[in-house]
Amino acid sequence: MKDVEPHAFRSLPLLWLAIAAVACIALSVAVGSIAISANELWAVVSGHGEPLHRTLVLELRLPRALAAFATGGLLAVAGALMQVLLRNPLADPYVLGLSGGAAVAALLSMLAGLPPVLVSLAAFAGALASAILVFGLSHGTGSWTTTRLLLTGVVVSSGWGAVITFMLAIGPTEQLPGMLYWLMGDLAYARSPWPALIVLALSSLILLPMGRSLNVLARGPLQAAALGVAVRPLEWGVYASASLLTASAVTTAGSIGFIGLVVPHMLRLVLGNDQRLILPAAALAGGALLVLADTLARTIIAPEQLPAGVITALLGVPTFLYLLYRSR
Amino acid sequence: MTRLQLEELVIDIPGRNDGRPLNFAIEPGQRWAVLGPNGAGKTTLLHTLAGLRKARSGCVLLDSKPLQDYRRKQVAQHIAVVFQERHDGFPATVLETALIGRHPYMAPWDVETDTDLQLARQALASMALSDYEERLVSTLSGGERQRLAIATAKTQQPHIWLADEPTNHLDLKHQVKIMQLLANEAANHCGVCMCLHDVNLAARWCSHVLLLYPDGEACWGPADEMLQLPALQKLYDQPLTIARVNDRPYFVPAEQGEA
Repeated sequence: MKDVEPHAFRSLPLLWLAIAAVACIALSVAVGSIAISANELWAVVSGHGEPLHRTLVLELRLPRALAAFATGGLLAVAGALMQVLLRNPLADPYVLGLSGGAAVAALLSMLAGLPPVLVSLAAFAGALASAILVFGLSHGTGSWTTTRLLLTGVVVSSGWGAVITFMLAIGPTEQLPGMLYWLMGDLAYARSPWPALIVLALSSLILLPMGRSLNVLARGPLQAAALGVAVRPLEWGVYASASLLTASAVTTAGSIGFIGLVVPHMLRLVLGNDQRLILPAAALAGGALLVLADTLARTIIAPEQLPAGVITALLGVPTFLYLLYRSR
Repeated sequence: MTRLQLEELVIDIPGRNDGRPLNFAIEPGQRWAVLGPNGAGKTTLLHTLAGLRKARSGCVLLDSKPLQDYRRKQVAQHIAVVFQERHDGFPATVLETALIGRHPYMAPWDVETDTDLQLARQALASMALSDYEERLVSTLSGGERQRLAIATAKTQQPHIWLADEPTNHLDLKHQVKIMQLLANEAANHCGVCMCLHDVNLAARWCSHVLLLYPDGEACWGPADEMLQLPALQKLYDQPLTIARVNDRPYFVPAEQGEA
């Protein structure tokens, strides 16, 4: 009989992911129009270094890298939550129309010529409004089921999609690039990384003890209830937190696709399906992936920048397909 | 010693009359069979007994306290349910699946202990699944999954077993094994209640029987009193005959023109 791995060993992947995340952030800080060597970077980190390097690292690159990390982490955790909640492996943070709601509000405020801060706030409000709308509509007059939630979300999403296309069609030409970049997800808009980082840290703390309940919930609501899970409060809690996480991510960097869908799956293929491990791993891996993607996005065709969402897809698709092909 | 008592219980099946309210108790050591044709409400009754569904009227008492006054977690420490349908949307191994039976006993931040692991392994061994520990549930056959569901319920160490068609998908050997396991549990002062399609399993393994008719009528009592030809023929709307093997009655559908 094979012994089950002790707990310390099981959290080893988390350590590796944390190291990878730090490495990605360091790389992202070092690479750019002016390259910074490891020694110079260390000097800056330890409080010395040239003023130019200090400005570059501490005021420009590090905040952006941290914002990317937080956004990626938020999206991956939200995706993992949605997949468990809807018991559907195809669910992602946007499946319930959050990105659509955020995009409509953000594009509207761009059209109105509002400053970037208000665009972000509008996106946050739009995402939450959409979450509440979908939740309310899926309640209807009958029973609340996840199938109904999923269908309502998908239909509301397409509704937002139509509104977005309409706005793009009638929008003034000079605003189109900005709008398109927002839609594809772009960290150039990210300012302070702190709100997103704080949301990520807090939610990880709250969600970690819920991991085992989520494992049970993944086996269906009846089985979960029979095993002592208060299903309805847990489902609503998961819905609310996933919405909040997604809204924070969308507010920071627009709707970056793919991370929320693929990162949790990659981790499940490699680490198994214990949410106690998957949720923190998703935060780290999602964060690291987006940092990497954003670094590529701003260096590949520098000085031009690509939207990070393009890179996440280009990196994620082959990796995911490879893992899926190799999985048992 | 836990008992589950049904008091004036009417299960809620939309569009059906109340019928006869159920009044009996599943005492420790008793093995109840719920018999009835398709759609008679066997599964609904089982879910109602587990507190997973609201009754139309009346109530279910767990140790003389209404089920809905307990927290779900407390109920799960007493009652285990073996469902007929299972969702295996995400990959999980056999051992992980058996271990979720310990969920009702663990605080949110607890990690499974060696004792939990031991219980799960014992349960898997009792269902001849020890060699499957690391297999993914999705790769198991229907019968193996059914055995895993029983092992998970056993890991839960319930005082009351509610099993919906526990012999579904099972070959004869494992049918006997599962019925033996449930009989052992009853001998260890558990109450057992199972929905069955096979009258003869009920006759062979159960001490008490509840007959559920599609119109909501019902009757219950000791197995040998309930398992009579006229009642069963009416229940299934099918002529039956009795065959005797080792002095035990076996009910089989009558040939056309017979009976």
